[in-house]
Amino acid sequence: MTAAELGIGALILLSGFLSMAAGIGILRFPDVLTRLHAATKPQVLGLAVVLLAIVLRVPTWGVLSTIVLIMTFQLLTQPMTAHMLGRAAYRSGDVRHDLLIADDLGRDIEEHDRRPDATP
Amino acid sequence: MTLLGFIGLAAGVMFGIGAIAAVARIIRGPSILDRALATDVLLAIAMCALATEMAINRHTDTLVVLLALAIFAIVGSIAIARFIGKQES
Repeated sequence: MTAAELGIGALILLSGFLSMAAGIGILRFPDVLTRLHAATKPQVLGLAVVLLAIVLRVPTWGVLSTIVLIMTFQLLTQPMTAHMLGRAAYRSGDVRHDLLIADDLGRDIEEHDRRPDATP
Repeated sequence: MTLLGFIGLAAGVMFGIGAIAAVARIIRGPSILDRALATDVLLAIAMCALATEMAINRHTDTLVVLLALAIFAIVGSIAIARFIGKQES
């Protein structure tokens, strides 16, 4: 048991805790937007810490480059997914408006509808 | 059993709790967006579990699977979110 193994174990446990928190969060939160907040924890930070653990465990250049590619694609694609899901949730009326603190999209839609040449 | 073995067991239990909660949300979810979101969470937990297994057993065999999942995980959710309408809730 060395210090490196302790660090790797801590990273793995952090990833497991984030995954469990995401599962409990999407089970208990009230609507789509708040569930979206819980869902992004293992997608970004959970995967990042456990990939760092792999690099610490197998420290070669091939592994490091592949892991940088994985994290790059993950950071490119997951915000697009979250954006599309949030927008679709707002448009389909699944959002609880009483829980929103700021509603920028609603304000923009109202402004667009007030303009005289607005297309319906 | 070594220290990393115990840590892997504990992490596996936590991954299992998260995955079961995601499946429960897929079954119960009031709208199809909840189900798409929970499917994404399930996929992310599966990716974390694969990477954890690699880190504990000290091999890199499934790194390519993680790369493919990171690229193509976007397709299902965006297809669902793009074609959802106001009438379905």
